[in-house]
Amino acid sequence: MSTLDPVAVFRTEAAECLEAIEAGLLDLTHQLDNRDLVDAVFRGLHTLKGSGAMFGFEALAAFTHHCETAFDRVRKGEVAATSELVAAVLAAQDHMRALVDQPDADHGDTGHKLLAQLQAAVGGKEAAPAAASAAVAAPAAVREAAAKKKNSWRIRFSLPANSMANGTNPLGLLDELRDLGECTVRANTSAIPPLDALAPTELHISWDVTLTSEQDRSAIDDVFIFVLDDMELSVEEIGGQAAATAAPVEEKAAPAAVAAVSAAPASPTAVPEFRPVEAVPAKREAPTAVSQAKAAENVRVPAERLDELMDRVGELVIAQSRLSQLASASADIALRSVSEEIERLSGELRDTMMVLRMVPVATLFSRFRRLVHDLARETGKVIELVTEGESTEVDKTVIERLADPLVHLVRNSIDHGLETPADRLASGKTEAGTVTLSARQAGGEVIISIKDDGRGINRERVRAKAESSGLIQPGQPLSDSELLQLIFAPGFSTAAAITNLSGRGVGMDVVKKTVEALRGAIDIVSVPGQGSEVSLRIPLTLAIIDGLLVRVGSGRYVIPLSAVEECLELSLEEDLRSRGRSFISLRDSLVPFLRLRDLFRTGTKPDVHQKVVVISTGTERVGLVVDQIIGDHQTVIKSMSKLHNNVATFSGATILGDGSVALILDVGHLVAAGQQQEAQLRVAG
Amino acid sequence: MSASILTVDDSASIRLTTKVTLTNAGYSVTEAVNGAEGLATAKGSSFDLIVTDLNMPVMDGLTMIEELRKLPAQAGVPIIFLTTESDADLKARAKAAGATGWLTKPFDPESLVKIVKKVLGR
Repeated sequence: MSTLDPVAVFRTEAAECLEAIEAGLLDLTHQLDNRDLVDAVFRGLHTLKGSGAMFGFEALAAFTHHCETAFDRVRKGEVAATSELVAAVLAAQDHMRALVDQPDADHGDTGHKLLAQLQAAVGGKEAAPAAASAAVAAPAAVREAAAKKKNSWRIRFSLPANSMANGTNPLGLLDELRDLGECTVRANTSAIPPLDALAPTELHISWDVTLTSEQDRSAIDDVFIFVLDDMELSVEEIGGQAAATAAPVEEKAAPAAVAAVSAAPASPTAVPEFRPVEAVPAKREAPTAVSQAKAAENVRVPAERLDELMDRVGELVIAQSRLSQLASASADIALRSVSEEIERLSGELRDTMMVLRMVPVATLFSRFRRLVHDLARETGKVIELVTEGESTEVDKTVIERLADPLVHLVRNSIDHGLETPADRLASGKTEAGTVTLSARQAGGEVIISIKDDGRGINRERVRAKAESSGLIQPGQPLSDSELLQLIFAPGFSTAAAITNLSGRGVGMDVVKKTVEALRGAIDIVSVPGQGSEVSLRIPLTLAIIDGLLVRVGSGRYVIPLSAVEECLELSLEEDLRSRGRSFISLRDSLVPFLRLRDLFRTGTKPDVHQKVVVISTGTERVGLVVDQIIGDHQTVIKSMSKLHNNVATFSGATILGDGSVALILDVGHLVAAGQQQEAQLRVAG
Repeated sequence: MSASILTVDDSASIRLTTKVTLTNAGYSVTEAVNGAEGLATAKGSSFDLIVTDLNMPVMDGLTMIEELRKLPAQAGVPIIFLTTESDADLKARAKAAGATGWLTKPFDPESLVKIVKKVLGR
C-alpha cells in the first residue's frame, strides 16, 4: 500500500474522471436538457479541479476551474447547454488530459484559446484567467509565528448546549489554548441546571481564560475556528487597549486558506472571484455517476501481472495433469484423493483466472463515441452511433488488439460508407446515418460487427482499382465475395482522394492480419445502396481453450472444442468406398473431409476404427479423419516460436500431462483447405 | 492505542493521501468509498473520528452526517468534512447536520494532521 505513489493514483483517477466527463458530455449532445448529465459532468470537473490542485497539478486545476465555472452556469440554469458548449468542453477536456500527462510542458496558447471558445459558448463574462489562482488556493500555508512580543488576552467562551453531540470537545479547545502560552482557566458553572433538569449530554459550562502568548490574535481564532459561528466568544486584550469584542468574532484576513475559508459569512475579505459553485450540495448524485462508483470498487492490476499469473496457472494445470496421471496409475488411495482434490482446485483456479482476464466490450465501444462525434463534426455528416451487446465479455488482450482495427473500420464506415445528409435525403433515406457496433457471443467466439446504412461498397470501383493496381486481370471473372475480399489486399484503398480520415497508415490488410493473428476471421457483407457490415469473429480468450485431444499416427493434436460439431466413426467399408473422393454423407448432406494422416504424412497405417471429427466455422463444415479420439482436454495455449510462424495448420502448442507436446489445429485454415479440396474435386469431377 | 479514523471519499487519490498522512501520524485508518458505505462501516465498529468528503455518489457526505447523528452510538464522534468550497451555506448545512469541523481541499498533510489532532484532542 505504502509503495503506491499518490501522484500515480491521481493520474489513473484523473484519466477515469476525464473518461466519465467525456461520456457525460457525449450523452449530453443528444439530450441537452438532461439535468442529471449536467450535474454529472459538473461533478467530474469539480473533482478534477480539487484533486488536481491537491497533487500539484496547478495548471490543470486552474484550467479546469474555468470549465467548471462555465458549466456551473448551465447547472444553475443561467445559460442553456448547447452543442457548441459541449464541443468546447470536449476540446477543453482533451487539453486537461494533456495537462495531466505533461503538467510541466508548455501548452502555450491552447488553454487561452479553449477558454475563449468556452466563454463564447456560454456567452458570459467569465472572470479573466488570472482569477483562477485565487480560486485554487494554495495549500494552507503554515502560519508564521508573527509577533514576537507577548500579548495577554482574556477569553470568555460558551458553547451551544448540543455541541458535544456533534463531536466538539471543549477540553480539546482548552488544551489548544494552553498550547499557545501561559493559561489560567476558570470554569463558570452558574448555568448548570438543577440535577433533575440536567441532561448529561448537554453542555452548560462556560469558561474564562487568561492567556499570555507570543502568538497573535488569529491563533486564538484558529482554536475556535470550527465553533466560531455558533458560540459566544469574547476576546479582550489585557493591558489598556481593549480590542474589539464581538460575537461572533470579527475575522482578520489570515494568510492560511483555512482561515480565509472560515471567513465566508462575515468577512469582507472573501475573495470575490471565488464563486460559491456548490450552492446545492445535498443534491443526490445522478444515476450517470454510478459508473464512477463502480470504478472505485475495482482494483487496477497491470496487465503483465495478470499474464504472469496466467502463466503460473498454466504451469500448475500441466503439473496437475501429470500428477493425476501418476495417481491414476498408483494404487495408493491417499495419493489419488489428494490428486483429485488438486485437480478440482486447479480447475477452479483456472476458471477464476479466465474470468479475471475478461472485460466487457463496453470498454472498447465507449472509445468510439468520441471518435464518431469528432468525425461527424469533421465530415459534416449526421451520424448516430448504436452499440449493442456491450456487456459481452472478451479477453482483455483481444480487446486491446482490436482497438486499432475497429477504429479503422469505423472510420471506413463513416468516411466511405455513409453519405452526406443531402445525398441521403436524395436517395430517400433519413438524414442521419447509423453506425452500429455490436458484439455477441457464439460458442467460444465473440462476433463483433460494424454495420452502417450507407451506400455500400462500390463494386465497380473496387474492380477498377484492383485492375489498375494489377491485383487481378482486366475482366477476370470473380465471385462477389472474392471481389469484396480484394479490399483486404495490401495497399488497397477505394478512397478517390486520401482524406484526413482514411489513409492513416492502417489499411484493411492490417486489419485482416491483426484479426487473423488473434485466431479470428473477418467477413464482409455489403448491399449496394443499403450499407455494409464487417464482422470479426474472435476467440473469447487467447490463453486457454477447451480442446478435443486426438491421435493421428503417433502424434497427438488438439482441436478447439468450440469448433467441433460432432464425432462419428468412419467404418472401414465407408473408408474404402470413399477412397479417392473425400466426402462423407452426413444426414443427407455431403461434407468434405481431410485425412490428417495424409496431411501430416505420418507414414503409419490407419487404425481400424478411424473417427471423423466434424468441425465448422459458421456455415462451412469439414470432417477431419483421425485415428483415435482421446477425450476433451482443457489446455493452456503456448504460442509457437517465430520459426513456426508460417505454419498455418497449427495455431499453437500445448503441454500434456506426461510432458509431451501436442499441437493445436487451426480450424479456420483446415476448413479453408477442405473447401479448396472440395472446389478442386468439383472442377475435376 | 492509536485512535481509529474512518475516511470516506470517492476519490482514490485523496483516500490514499489521507491514509498515508494519517497512518504516518500514527492513526489507524479505515476507508469507505461513499456515504452509504461509510455509514455501514461506522455502524459496524466504533471510530474515534470520521473524515468525509461531501460530494460523493450513492450517498453524499451531508446525508451521511445526518444519518450518523441519528444513531445514539455515534453521538460525540467528531466528523470532519473535506470541502473545496468556501461556500458559507454549505458549511452551515454540514454543521447543522452535525459535523464538527471542516478542512478545505486542497489540503497539505500538515494541516490535516493538525486538524485531526485538534478534533481528537491529541
